[in-house]
Parts: sequence; structure tokens; C-alpha cells
Amino acid sequence: MFNLHGYGYSILQGTLLTIELCLVSLVISMVLGIITALAKLSKVRAANLIAQTYTTLIRGIPDLVLMLLLFYGGQVFVNQVGPMLGYGDYIDINPFMAGVSTIGFIFGAYMAETFRGAILAVPGGQLEAGYAYGMTRFKVFVRILMPQMVRHAIPGFGNNWLVLMKTTALVSIIGLKDMVRTAGLAAGATRMPFTFYLVVALIYLILTSVSILILNRLNKKYSLGFAKN
Amino acid sequence: MDFSIIADNIDVYLLGLKNTLILVSLSLAIGLVFAIPLAVLRTSKNIFISGPINAYTYFFRGTPLLVQMFLIYYGMGQFESIKTSFLWIFFKEAYFCALFAFTLNTCAYTIEIIRGAIENTPHGEVEAAKAAGMSWYLRFTRIILPSSFRRALPTYGNEIIFMLHGSSLASVITIIDITGAARIINSRYYSPYEAYLTAGAFYLTITFILVWLLKKLEYRWLAHLRRE
Repeated sequence: MFNLHGYGYSILQGTLLTIELCLVSLVISMVLGIITALAKLSKVRAANLIAQTYTTLIRGIPDLVLMLLLFYGGQVFVNQVGPMLGYGDYIDINPFMAGVSTIGFIFGAYMAETFRGAILAVPGGQLEAGYAYGMTRFKVFVRILMPQMVRHAIPGFGNNWLVLMKTTALVSIIGLKDMVRTAGLAAGATRMPFTFYLVVALIYLILTSVSILILNRLNKKYSLGFAKN
Repeated sequence: MDFSIIADNIDVYLLGLKNTLILVSLSLAIGLVFAIPLAVLRTSKNIFISGPINAYTYFFRGTPLLVQMFLIYYGMGQFESIKTSFLWIFFKEAYFCALFAFTLNTCAYTIEIIRGAIENTPHGEVEAAKAAGMSWYLRFTRIILPSSFRRALPTYGNEIIFMLHGSSLASVITIIDITGAARIINSRYYSPYEAYLTAGAFYLTITFILVWLLKKLEYRWLAHLRRE
């Protein structure tokens, strides 16, 4: 049943692209997430409002709609703004960039909620002690807040990561040659759609299982000294 | 931006809204009906009963919904035996395939949600039921399941929202749901902002209504946990 008719290599390449997509969008989402979490907790009203609007909107609209909006809308936008800046040629949006930025943008909102909870879980006295030692705000953040919030953030972070990985399948719709798309092409050529999509499903299953193993390890490592009963 | 396009084509969106609501509510309802007994069986200590259910939930929770949908919509045609049997009447229809994939997906997630709630039943409640001489069946229907449903409600609420958003994938296999309507309008007028922002607004509205309804339901069901 698993005779791949020579398409094994191209699917493997698709898998690499999927993994690349996952990792790059994870980095974007974490940066956006931590900024948004800090904005939500800050005393500046405008920052609160923007962060709140961002997370509410993103969590209320399906990923696919956001991705299509950013991909097709971004295309129109770039080509409207391009000529104004004196750039005459037609500009094509790179689907990789569109995919990565959309997924990063979406999961930034989910990460923000996770990080906000984790920051709130660190006792305020710890931060005050840091300030009392004369540390700057940045030092308190790096030396006291970050190391302690990691432990609280890991379970939520793990869930977000698992959902993010599955969301990357959507980029095949905007034309990126990830493994779902390469499987689709192979299926069209060989008329064996079930075989190829099953292979992709199994690769996803392996990626999720490995992630779960690593996340459990991380969770154990960061929970040292905080044994649960 | 010119939203008069949307006003002129509002019937396409309304058709999409109808299809989205039908797909989501049907798959959630059927998924829930099957998930309850399967969740009870999943807690069984017999590995031949819990094992297959475990494998099923692991597969459907560990792979993307899009791939599951493709497996059913494109994949079933690979087998001559299905193509020649009466099943093909269903599997050749995109609508049925989407519904089937969504149901299998939400059922898997719901099983795990309910199982978690069942396993978190306070031990004393079960012991009290046993001490009162209740049979296994009575214990489940009178004590364990009602209190599990209460505990599962907030998580199940998330699953409902998740399913609503997941249903947008139906547009990929030619179904005109809300996203499908937006894709039609975009390709007809090349106006992505208007088309997709309108779809986003539809989803946002449904999400807000659902969240509001769930809050109300939680307020009633979890009344005993309410802080005065």
C-alpha cells in the first residue's frame, strides 16, 4: 500500500518546509505574544486597548479567513502602495512570507494569553525584591520574571504549539509546497489520494508525538522542586 | 473599499451562513451523541475496549482537520470497492464528506474532554453512590455523568468555537459556507478586503453570540460554584 511511486523524496521535502514553517512562525508568535502580554499588563490604556482588540479579533475569526485575507488582501495592498512609492513593477507576495506571518500573527494572540497568565503567576514580591536590589526593569524581566514564568507557561505553550503545527497544513491552500500540497500533487499524478494523504497524516502524527515527548521532558525539567502531589 | 459589492451579493453570504450553521450544528450534535458512550468506554480498564478508542482519538487529535477531510473526500475514490458500493452515493458528495470529517474530528476531541471530566469526579461521590447500593449503570447516569457534564462545559464551549472556525475548511472542497461565499465574491470582483472582512465579521458575530450563550449556560449549570 505504501508504494510511493518515487514521490517519497518530494514529500520529504514538503515535510522539511512544514517544519521550517512551524519553527519560523513559532518564533514570530512568541515575540508577538510576549509584547502583547506585556501590553495587556501595562498601565498604558492605549496599549491595553490595542492588545485586547488584537487578541479578541484573532480568536474570533477562523485561521483560513485570516490567511486568505492577508494573502490576497496583502497582494492588493502591496500593489496599491508600491506605485505610490515609485515602484512600478507588479509585486508578487511570497507565499512563505504570507503563511509564516499569518500563522505567527494568529498564534501571537494565543501565546499572549498564555504568557499573560504565566506572568501573573509569578509572585509580585519577587519582582519588588529585584527592584529593591537596584535592578533595572530590563534586568528584573530577564533575571527574575522570565526564568520563573517559563514553568507556568509550558503547558499552555505546548498546546499552542500542537495546534500551530496542525494549522500549517492550511498554507497548502495558498499555494505553498508543504507536505499536504506535495501529497496532493502526487495523488493527482498517481490516482492514489488515500495513500498519499495517509502518509501525510502519519508524518503529522509523528511530529505531534515527538513534540509531546519533548514537551513532557521540558515540563519535568522546569517543574523540578515543585513536585505535584 | 467598496462595500456595495457585499450589499448586492448578500444572498451569497446568507447561503454561506446557512451552510456553516447546518454543518457546525449537525457535526457537533452527532459528535456529541457518539462521544458520550465512547468516553464512558474509554475509561474502561479493559485494554481491548479502551485501546481502539484511544487510537481513534489519538489519530484525529494529532492530524490536521484539512488532511482528514482530504482523506475522506479525495481518498475514498481510490477504492473500487467503495466506488461500486452504495456508500459512493454519500462519499461522492462534498457536503457529506465535510460533515463526516467534522463529525469524526469533533467526536474525538469531545471524547477526551468528557473522559477528563469523568476521571476528575470526586472519589467521595462515587463511593457514596456505591454505598447507597447503586448499580454501575445508575452510578453513571445519576452521579458521574451529570457532574461530569458540568465540569466539561467550559472546555466543550471552546470545542464549539473551534468547530465553528474549523468549518471554514469546507470551502476548500467546493462547499459554499461563509468562507466559500467570500472566495466567490473575491474571485468575481477581485476585492479581497471586502470579501474576507465581511466573512470575518460574520464569524466574529457568531463567535460572540456563542460565547454569550455559553456564559449564560455556565451561569446556570455551575450555579453551585458561583461566588456571591
